[in-house]
Order: sequence, then C-alpha cells, then structure tokens
Amino acid sequence: MKNIKKILAVFFSAVILVGILAGCGSKATTETKGEKVAAKSSIEEIKKRGTIKIGVFSDKPPFGFVDANGKNQGFDVFIAKRFAKDLLGDESKVEFVLVEAASRVEFLQANKVDLILANFTVTDERKQKVDFANPYMKVALGVVSPNGTPITSVEQLKGKKLIVNKGTTAETFFTKNYPDIELLKYDQNTEAFEALKDKRGVALAHDNTLLFAWARENTGFNVGIASLGSLDTIAPAVKKGDTELLTWVNAELETLGKENFIHKAYDATLKPAYGESIDPEAVVVEGGKLK
Amino acid sequence: MQNLGVNVLFEGTTIQRLLEGLLVTAGIAFLSIIIGSLLGIGMGLLRTSQSKTIQFICRLYLEVFRIIPILVWLFIVYFGVPSALDIHLDGEIVAVIVFSLWGAAEMGDIVRGALESLPKHQIESGKAIGLSFWGLYRYVLIPQAVRRMLPGAINLSTRMVKTTSLVVMIGVIDVVKIGQQIIERSVIKVPTASFWVYGLIFILYFIICYPLSKLSKKLEAKWEN
Repeated sequence: MKNIKKILAVFFSAVILVGILAGCGSKATTETKGEKVAAKSSIEEIKKRGTIKIGVFSDKPPFGFVDANGKNQGFDVFIAKRFAKDLLGDESKVEFVLVEAASRVEFLQANKVDLILANFTVTDERKQKVDFANPYMKVALGVVSPNGTPITSVEQLKGKKLIVNKGTTAETFFTKNYPDIELLKYDQNTEAFEALKDKRGVALAHDNTLLFAWARENTGFNVGIASLGSLDTIAPAVKKGDTELLTWVNAELETLGKENFIHKAYDATLKPAYGESIDPEAVVVEGGKLK
Repeated sequence: MQNLGVNVLFEGTTIQRLLEGLLVTAGIAFLSIIIGSLLGIGMGLLRTSQSKTIQFICRLYLEVFRIIPILVWLFIVYFGVPSALDIHLDGEIVAVIVFSLWGAAEMGDIVRGALESLPKHQIESGKAIGLSFWGLYRYVLIPQAVRRMLPGAINLSTRMVKTTSLVVMIGVIDVVKIGQQIIERSVIKVPTASFWVYGLIFILYFIICYPLSKLSKKLEAKWEN
C-alpha cells in the first residue's frame, strides 16, 4: 500500500509540474502575440543599442567558422559584416552570437539575436516559426565522378552504380525519378567517399556544396553535374513578425545585388574552398531572386 | 614537409583559446559546485524534517531536477524565461543558475542519505547530554555525515564538471566547442586534427577532475582517525 501511495505522489507531482511548464509555455506565446501589436521599431532598437546581433555558425567552414586567431570568418560572416556596415555605418558594429544548428529557431524566438545568418535552409516547417527573408544562396544535388570517366549528365548513369547516402535527398531523388539507376547506399559520408575512391560505383551524389569542397581536396575527382533536382534556398531569418527588419534585409539584398556583392562574398570565402572549376551561379543567389 | 597533426594546436592563438574555454568550463563548474553544495546541505537538513509538507516540497524539487534533463532546464531558463518575463540573462549566468539548482537537488539527497544512515543512538546520546537542536547538528551529526557523504559529493562534482559541455546549446563557448571549431576548421587539410584536439581536451578535463578525486581520498584518509 505504502508503495502505491508513493508512486501516486510522484505521478501527481509530475502532472502538476507539466501543468506549470505548459502554463509558462502558453503564457509565452500569448505575450509574443501581444508584443507584435505593440512592437517597438526593431531597427530603431538596434540603432539605439549600436550593434546588431547576428547568429552565425562557429564550426561550419566555409560558411561560418572561427579562424586560428579566434576571428569569425566565412561566407555568412562576410555578408553579416556588410549588413552591419550598411545599417550602422561600420562593419565592426556586429555582435556575432555563435549558434548551434539545433537551437537556431530558439535564438530568434527568445530575442537573443536580431538575425540568423547560419546557412539556414528554408523549409515549410521552419517558416511557421521564423520569418525568412529572400535567399542569398541555393543548394541542390551534385554528382561527383573521377576525371578519367566523367559523368556529366544523368543519362550516362543509366545501368551503372551510383553511390548515395542513406536518408539524404540524393537517395529519395534518384529512387523516385530514376528507378533504373542502381544505388549503392552508405550510412556515413566517409564510407561513401571511400567507396567512390575504390571505384565501387561510377559516381557519387550528394549536396553540391559538400561535393565542391571535397573534390577540391581530392585530386582526380570533379563535380560533373553541379546542380540537379529540386533547389533548396538558404536565407537570412528574423523573429516571426519582425516585418521591419525583414523588409530592410530584402531591400538590402536587392541593393547588394546591383553591385554583385554576393559574388564578391563567394570569391572571398567559398572560392578558396570550392576551387576555380565551379560555376558560382550554381550556388549564389544575387538580389534575393532566383533566376 | 609532412604536416604533423599536432601542429594544429600551435597555430595562431589556438592554445590560448582552448585555455580560455577551459576557464569558462571550470568557472561555471566550480561556482555551481560551491553554490550547489551550500544549498544542498540546507536541502539535506530540510529533507530530515518531520513536517510532511516540507518533505513533500523537497521531494518534488529533487524529482523535478532528476526527471527533467539538464539540457531542457538550460533551454527553459535561457530561452523560455526571456520570452515569458522579458528578463535577459547571459548564457554563463543561466548555466550557473541551472547547475547550482541541480547540484542543490542532488547534494540534498546525498546529505539526507548520510544523515539518515547515522545510528539513531547518536541523536539520542546528543539529546541526553543536553545539546540543543543546532548543537546536535553542529557537533554530532554534520561532522559524521560529511565523512559519509564525501564520495557521493565528489562523484557529483566531477559529473557537474563534465555536464557543463551542454552549455554550448545556449551559446556559451566552452572548451569542447572551441575544440570542435578548431577541428572543423582544419579537418580537410589535417585529417588527424580531431585526435590531437580531443587528446588535449581529455588532458584538460583530467587536470580539473583529478585534484577533486585526490582531495576526497586525502580527506577520507584524514578523517579515518
């Protein structure tokens, strides 16, 4: 009997606790809704503070990483600095908040950052939680193959073995659209790349940005098909409802498009990692608009 | 020239940054251990209280921290509290708060266990010689309990040191995160970078945790007599 009482006590404590937490949660959402109505100008607030807080990665080269001297570097950081320069007059007036992929949405929701520039892929699920600006980058599938036997079109793959990673967009894309191409599936990136080196398949399909960087470091291989399948876009994100900053970012991307700034960012940060042979047009989106 | 993996550690300010990260890790850990222990002793004393209400509240507090993962607590305090109350706390402060509260809960249980394990005649003898409630605890129970709770307390402390690596999820850059930054930056050119960086981090954690075990051994030996 005593044990049953104890178990019941613990169970009810847990129920009460969950109730309290849920209460906090719903309170939070109603208050954010309230904030939206009476929202102070977000840009004015940034100007008053004197710095813009931008969330970037610290361990995802070449997009956002920390160099040997502890400085933030990379494609996203390059663009973030320019945003700060155009909004606040000086590119040093940006405070980089180092974010993790898994908590990017929370950083925005809790006002810990004004803007996220962390290789943030636009998805429908994320759109419900944050507001995405227009894209500055795109990713698609690519196909890498040895220089001696290059694969430059999907037709060449028919009846041959193609290496893919389990659970990636590459696997779904080829299974759905090209059932007559035989797929060799691996769990880990390293295994898949080793298999390509051992010539177990004629080519390997993966996200094109990853393939560019890999082909650059592994001589004898080239990304024969640079862009394939449905395009995903990568865009800056602001807190849900922060239309003022969102409009500013979109206008800024358009202005930067006139001077081909994203291409400059590509040349400065991605080109050293991807090499000369890659067409920047496969990655860069200029002016916030897909062509 | 053959590029030795160990060279990653000596590029630019790498070593200095790792040590700064270690300072963050050690700072959060030790502050939390101290605050958590002090609160925990109070908790432990409350746990031995006769009042059912106090016992229930303390029990609830302990279970709440035991059941909900520390990562969730960090998220609640760092992301949840600001949106609910509009109070903004630094990640480091949030980390110290959460780890202290967790430490208090677990330490409270250790203290309670130690106090309850003391033979009943200790309390009765203390009362018999006319000690007050506080005198009983001050001179009879706590000195004996401290000896019994030491292994558990040291175990908890080293666990707290190691669990601090979760703080990276709320934007605090600790020694493990800096290590990952270094590895990711250099891994394409130096495939063995992770071995060297994690090797160094292993040694750094050892440097923090080993003195704790050493201290506990020493104290146990000293109090044996």
